[in-house]
Amino acid sequence: MAKKQATPKIIIEHLVKSFDGNMVLKDINLQVEAGQSLCIIGTSGCGKSVTLKCLLGLITPTSGSMRVDGMEMVGQTRAQREEALRKFGMTFQFGALFDSLPIWQNIMFRTLQQGEVSRHAAREEAAHIASQLGLRADVIDQYPAELSGGMQKRVALGRAIADKPEILLFDEPTSGLDPITGGVIDNLILDAVKRLGATAMTISHDMASVRRIADRVAMIHEGRIIWCGPATKMHESGVPEVHQFVHGHPEGPLTGKKLPSAKEKQA
Amino acid sequence: MLNFIANIGKASLNFLASIGRLTLFAAAAIRWTFLPPYYGRQLLRQILDIGFFSLPVVGLTTLFSGMVLALQSYTGFARFSAEDTVATVVVLSVTRELGPVLAGLMVAGRIGASMAAEIGTMRVTDQIDALDTLSTRPMQYLVAPRLLAGTICLPVLVLIGDIVGVLGGYLVGVYQLGFNPGIYLSRTMEFLEVSDVTLGLIKAAVFGFLIALMGCYHGYNSGRGAEGVGHATTNAVVSSSILILISNYLVTALFFG
Repeated sequence: MAKKQATPKIIIEHLVKSFDGNMVLKDINLQVEAGQSLCIIGTSGCGKSVTLKCLLGLITPTSGSMRVDGMEMVGQTRAQREEALRKFGMTFQFGALFDSLPIWQNIMFRTLQQGEVSRHAAREEAAHIASQLGLRADVIDQYPAELSGGMQKRVALGRAIADKPEILLFDEPTSGLDPITGGVIDNLILDAVKRLGATAMTISHDMASVRRIADRVAMIHEGRIIWCGPATKMHESGVPEVHQFVHGHPEGPLTGKKLPSAKEKQA
Repeated sequence: MLNFIANIGKASLNFLASIGRLTLFAAAAIRWTFLPPYYGRQLLRQILDIGFFSLPVVGLTTLFSGMVLALQSYTGFARFSAEDTVATVVVLSVTRELGPVLAGLMVAGRIGASMAAEIGTMRVTDQIDALDTLSTRPMQYLVAPRLLAGTICLPVLVLIGDIVGVLGGYLVGVYQLGFNPGIYLSRTMEFLEVSDVTLGLIKAAVFGFLIALMGCYHGYNSGRGAEGVGHATTNAVVSSSILILISNYLVTALFFG
């Protein structure tokens, strides 16, 4: 008897989004299994962040369907959306930490706003999360502007995981970091995803990071998924755009330039 | 010619659309001000920022305005031997007009700009989106406390400004123009009515609301990058200053008499 296939955690079907007639997403179809880590790659402006923002309801899609645990995310009421958002934790490209709040309040923001714990208990919990992320204890009383880029990314990760979400979304978690700090952030992401048993969707341009954290990779080009497969098969995708992106070649279909022939190379 | 008319039509439609957007924004902000959860800490922070930290600038402005007003009215009224009305002119001008308008304009420059810059920066650095994903309504967390604080603090500032402005007139009247202190004070109180002060306070509440509304609206809808935040800040100050002057006339006309 065939084993019953589990329903994917996230299903995106025929997602379309246009801004003032400019169609950024033309037809996005994606599925993410529970516990899987999917990386979305693609050139700047191809619509990766828009896809994540549509999933969170920050942007309303023009058409299409996005389901999480079978629940439709498009067209939800505010109350339904707020309930659904409890499943998510997200880090933004530039951290998006709240400048006016100290680090511990940033990490425990959602919990504090919902009055679920006392401020003292929240501070203790923030210190615990900070130590898990390799941050010094005194950092929690500092403000975001006092931290380095790498530390801000750790705090953003801490805020994303503080509420133990089922789904983690990362928008370019290693952008602007040196390779070593980027590697540390990748390890923290892997560790957090594993510890929470979460499903992860990551946007990244950093191919070393993608190789480290992704189970599967999807590439968006001209508003469509042009390839989706296991991270280990990226190099054998057979798709010229994927090949060019993965190897970072300046010439190729993504840039509209022809690859030089062997003869031209010799010349 | 047709192009010219089309451009006028387009500009008018854009103008009406922005009025519509602003009205919807204001309606949503007012609605969220009265619905739970209430962000007391945010409100306190805004009250401190708008009320307490604006005191020096409002105090200085009204002090020197009161002083100048005493000097100018003395110079003018001396021409038809009406110098003894200086104290009355100072108190009525400060409480009914100068106090609220000057405090409003100064706070518009200080607070309107700061609100637009802060919220605009939060917009361009995704902090507003982050708030949203953390199950916190940005309208309720960012805008509602600012509107409430603006509406509460401006009347308090104006009341203090009125006292300081009258004091400025008193200092010039007594120590520079040689009025008798007792007579100056009695003249100050003689024709002052409660309605003069309340009119100024009503105006102040309207101005406070408008300043916070324009700061939040332009910040919330800020364009991308530093340029977008810069435009939002300029627009917030310019629009709130213009609205202060327009609403000043409207409120005065409403309570005229």
